[in-house]
Amino acid sequence: MTDKSKQTPLVDLRNISISFGGIKAVDGVSLDLYPGEVVGLLGHNGAGKSTLSKILSGAYEADSGEIWINGKRADIRSPRDARDHNIETIYQTLALADNLDAASNLFLGRELVNRWGMVDDSRMESETRKIMARLNPNFKKLKEPVSALSGGQRQSVAIARAVYFNARILIMDEPTAALGVHETAMVADLIKELKSQGLGIFLISHDTREMMELCDRVSVMKNGQLIGTENVADVTEDDILSMIIMGKNPRAEVA
Amino acid sequence: MTDTATPKTTAAKGRREGRIAQFLHATEIDTRLLGMIGALLLIWVGFHFFGLYKNGFGAFLTPRNLWNLSVQTSSIGIMATGMVLVIVTRNIDLSVGSILGFCAILMGVLQVKILPQYLGIGHPAIWMLAVLAGIIVGSLVGGFQGVLIAYGKIPAFIVTLGGLLVWRGAAFLVARGETISPVDSTFALLGGGPYGAVGSTGSWIVGLIACAAIIYFVISGRARRQRFGFHVRPIWAEYVMGALACGIVIGAVLLVNAYPWPIGIVRQYAEANNIVLPESGLFISHGFAIPILILVGVGLAMTVLMTRTRFGRYVFAIGGNPEAAKLAGINTQWMTVKIFALMGGLAGLSAVVASARLGSATNALGTLDELYVIAAAVIGGTSLAGGVGTIYGAILGAFVMQSLQTGMVLVGFDAAMQQIIVGSVLVLAVYLDNQYRARAK
Ligand SMILES: Nc1ncnc2c1ncn2[C@@H]1O[C@H](COP(=O)(O)OP(=O)(O)O)[C@@H](O)[C@H]1O
Ligand SMILES: [Mg+2]
Repeated sequence: MTDKSKQTPLVDLRNISISFGGIKAVDGVSLDLYPGEVVGLLGHNGAGKSTLSKILSGAYEADSGEIWINGKRADIRSPRDARDHNIETIYQTLALADNLDAASNLFLGRELVNRWGMVDDSRMESETRKIMARLNPNFKKLKEPVSALSGGQRQSVAIARAVYFNARILIMDEPTAALGVHETAMVADLIKELKSQGLGIFLISHDTREMMELCDRVSVMKNGQLIGTENVADVTEDDILSMIIMGKNPRAEVA
Repeated sequence: MTDTATPKTTAAKGRREGRIAQFLHATEIDTRLLGMIGALLLIWVGFHFFGLYKNGFGAFLTPRNLWNLSVQTSSIGIMATGMVLVIVTRNIDLSVGSILGFCAILMGVLQVKILPQYLGIGHPAIWMLAVLAGIIVGSLVGGFQGVLIAYGKIPAFIVTLGGLLVWRGAAFLVARGETISPVDSTFALLGGGPYGAVGSTGSWIVGLIACAAIIYFVISGRARRQRFGFHVRPIWAEYVMGALACGIVIGAVLLVNAYPWPIGIVRQYAEANNIVLPESGLFISHGFAIPILILVGVGLAMTVLMTRTRFGRYVFAIGGNPEAAKLAGINTQWMTVKIFALMGGLAGLSAVVASARLGSATNALGTLDELYVIAAAVIGGTSLAGGVGTIYGAILGAFVMQSLQTGMVLVGFDAAMQQIIVGSVLVLAVYLDNQYRARAK
């Protein structure tokens, strides 16, 4: 995607590092993301994918490195800051309050209020109905606490929350982990739709085949370090797998 | 009013088929609430007939006793509403009884020793300044503890256990253990008593306003649900619910109006107002006591706070999943400070009610209250695991605790027996609640 070098990246992560008690969870990683692009993050468990995405979503503050959004240095210190930059995240853990219903979770931190400043549950429920009808037509349990929902239904609540607020940058950390075949296909369609609307998406998944289908570029991480980033069109699934396993970029040596 | 964020507990149906189940389903009555009211009535009737059998008269179900019960419950009830927020967010506050004592003694000194010097005894600003000071000091103390918990990362159990000792000690130091009395005469009205009640007409006004509000909420709630095309209750169920709620309110008015002033007070009042007492005496109703109206007001405000504001939503979210709350951009640490400050402020308000009722302030006021307050919240369905609890439940819990206490005094149980029973009931209530929740799933 050579034409992209002229565009301003939506997200430009430069030399990001963070450690937890001596363990370098993310070690000098640089990544970028363009509008309408899906960038996949691959790597073994513990490679640092979730931690890196949490730095962008404001859950963690990097020890060093810079985040640039739309060509401007961004100071993201909290989830609120990230939201202000139109960054939405589907966390691997889903980050749902189990005792609240779908609407309360969807709007958590951004409740709709009426003119007296009181939370408007009816309007939130109605909005939730609308978006769920689009994302998961089988979703019916709107008034139940989300602890009563199946894994797939919980996942759709988390996805709905990220999609509802018109994100420009979307981070999806293993969004299909708890889903069946049919629901996974629906998420894939959703990703394509959002991509066509010009969103930039960081997608984390273990399913290499799915990543080859959905992503424009994939980045492989191991032990907190970036092994390499490749255009999907230029590599085979085996190339990617060997990057993940060996922790080396075979193409880098050729070039 | 069923569309709150707290988990619905109406799901226990299915087991009991038939009319009752249908009725409960249609009216969407919270069966847990029904259980609590049932338990409360059982306690009342039980003590009444036990007294009848043992002492020859049942003293419980009398206007006089129930009126006194309402006054005695107020102080614990006010604090229990705040304890719901604390426990829902997976914390605990063991210091509320001591904060109460500390605020009470400060207010006592302020209105008896300090303010009269500047304003003169009986100045109408005295009681207001005292109340304000009590609530503010309570909030500051609570907020300070909240800061230690949220930002100092010291467990709430430890901070408030320390507070339990510190504020009790501080209460002693304020007046070197002296009892401060008498409190300002207007201040004293906030504790109840014949003059500290709103009388017959006042009670009817309160009751009718309450009924109007109930009808308004039934109608507007239905209209709102229809506007969004949501499920609505059958119309007969709306009537039943409205009538039931209004019936309870009117019943309460009739009850408090059926309790007359004692003859001594009537004489004093007649003399002061140059009324000639007729031969048969005068029937002057107490009406609602001011402390119970304070409790009702606090209960309503706290219910709105918990179910209709962002603040309340965040309280539940933090209780359900603190991590998720943080990731949703909620400042959980500052929330903790605010929750403890609110708890402290309510302890200050309870100090007003408790010291006004006593007519004096002592440094021992509120001793052991923390245990009754926590018990009330827990009996009322607040889960110590966090995330679940209601304000009305906590107030009902406070009534259960106080009813047990009062009932045992009336039938003549000694203090040791009272402790054993209260303790056992607490454990039993939590056990039953767990069973109920497991079934409702
Ligand atoms: N909050 C944390 N505290 C301590 N260590 C952490 C924390 N979050 C992540 N780690 C560590 O950082 C490394 C990367 O984890 P993670 O980003 O979750 O990996 P991935 O998502 O690629 O599976 C792991 O070694 C993990 O144990
Ligand atoms: Mg991960």
